[in-house]
Amino acid sequence: MAVSKSTPAGRVFDAVNIVVLVALAVVTILPFVYVTAGSFASEPELTERSFFLWPRKFVLQSYEYILATNTFLRSLIVTVAVTAVGMVVQVLLTFTMAYPLSRRHLPGRNLFLGLVVFTLVFGGGLIPTYLIVREVGLLDSYWALILPLAINPFYLIIVKNFFQELPDELQEAAQIDGCSELGVFWRIVLPLSKPILATMGLFYAVAIWNDFMSPLLYISDSTKWTLQMFVRQVTVSSDMANTVGQLDPNYVPPEQGLKFTVIVIATVPILLLYPFLQKHFAKGILIGSVKG
Amino acid sequence: MAGKARLSTRMVRYRWLFVLLLPGLAYFAIFKYAPMYGLTIAFQDYLPFLGFSGSPWVGFKHFADLFSSPDFPRVLSNTLILALLSMVFVFPAPIVVALLLNEIRLSVLKRAIQSAIYIPYFLSWTIVAALTYLLFALDTGPITQLMNNIFNQRFDFLADPDWFRPLVIAQTLWKEVGWGTIIYLAALAGVDPNLYEAARIDGANRWKQMWHVTLPGIRSTIIVVAILSAGNLLDTGFERIYLLTNSLNRSVAEVFDTYVYFLGITQGSYSYSTAVGLFKAVVGIVLIYSVNWLARRFGHSGLY
Repeated sequence: MAVSKSTPAGRVFDAVNIVVLVALAVVTILPFVYVTAGSFASEPELTERSFFLWPRKFVLQSYEYILATNTFLRSLIVTVAVTAVGMVVQVLLTFTMAYPLSRRHLPGRNLFLGLVVFTLVFGGGLIPTYLIVREVGLLDSYWALILPLAINPFYLIIVKNFFQELPDELQEAAQIDGCSELGVFWRIVLPLSKPILATMGLFYAVAIWNDFMSPLLYISDSTKWTLQMFVRQVTVSSDMANTVGQLDPNYVPPEQGLKFTVIVIATVPILLLYPFLQKHFAKGILIGSVKG
Repeated sequence: MAGKARLSTRMVRYRWLFVLLLPGLAYFAIFKYAPMYGLTIAFQDYLPFLGFSGSPWVGFKHFADLFSSPDFPRVLSNTLILALLSMVFVFPAPIVVALLLNEIRLSVLKRAIQSAIYIPYFLSWTIVAALTYLLFALDTGPITQLMNNIFNQRFDFLADPDWFRPLVIAQTLWKEVGWGTIIYLAALAGVDPNLYEAARIDGANRWKQMWHVTLPGIRSTIIVVAILSAGNLLDTGFERIYLLTNSLNRSVAEVFDTYVYFLGITQGSYSYSTAVGLFKAVVGIVLIYSVNWLARRFGHSGLY
């Protein structure tokens, strides 16, 4: 931005600035490199060397062990399934609600919008929500990880605004050609909304994948744990024996290595999606902040 | 055009839109508005088999219990101290980083740095806590070993109550500062380049340009973010606190969010913990309106 004649002081500032920011980027990345390296290292190497970014010898011991344990595999499958189903359900609910709210002549539209916006300012809070979830019988059900957070009011408003910006003529033309309201939504509006559909799918999927609070509150049966619960149990609570289970009483599990490995496995999907996330999320929060 | 006589015809005409609307409305009714009605149990002695409407009313008993409880000053001060630390360290950090990024002229480098510092935002608090437990583990964590060697003592970051707050703030900075810069970078991109040229012609150096052109240019964004974060001041974030809490640091770790969880979910004091949550929510609303009012008094447009 500020292009000026480069004075000596200016050049010193530029150099220091770059060093500071690069250091910040390195500090951000370093923990990932460390856990990834650690997940491929042998148990003795992990106890012997305190910090390394490249293991002396690559071993797959931790991965083999963790992928052979039922508890981990189950939590991985559960999390993938809940994320996939939950994303579809949440996107569906958000889009079907956003469309009627985007139609200007819908009777009661302002009332409905007001009710939605109010939930951004005020809510029932943790305990009443928990009691409702229990009341409708969702405790220890995977639906408890999906339904209570099914529609994010912010996203709903973003999608509604997007629909509103589609030209009215398109919808009118379709109706003159004999298309019903539902037909307009299905045949005209949705095909034009693919980019925002993808964005919202990503938003919701990442939120479900990362959610720790919902399983903590609603899932007490440890056979139904999600990946985040598993990661916490192994790393934070260090409850290795109960969580992972002992496959063979004579075999000592690579305890330290397992911690590194579960972190890597829980992080990799997010990192794979990261290029898309960066692009779409940035757009999303700016749309939200301008028109929210 | 929307006369009363037309309402029924409009209802008929838009019946399929109402069908589309129905599942969403059901969601808001069940998971948003029913819990709001459930807040009434803060004024009752809630018994599960009697439900929200059947439990006996007790007025403000639970609030009186809260304010006279020995937990209250401790939980309140823990919450306020964390809020204050967030305000001092977490709130300005993205502004500073955005300003520094804005001074980088090599756009490839700028984009690479941005890509790196946004990553942690997408990770769960569980992963962040897991990394913290690895890096700061007693005796074995790389950072613990480094610090032990430098200061020649045995640090116990994860259990020592004195280290709880620095760890929470450091985690939050690591996870959220990069992402927080986006909104400021967008505002910075909107500052009129002619202003910089005019300032240069008037003899302003880069520091002066930043102080007199850049900062005023993003002032309204800073104020909006400040108002929004004031409303969340008491929202210390349940997950990040809960995951770092253990029996040794609980005295400094317990904040309203975790207090509600432990009392309500693990001990089953539903009414009392609902009252605590309601108290927190009301304070949050008062805060957001006061800061908004202050911003307007000082001549800014505010949010509302």
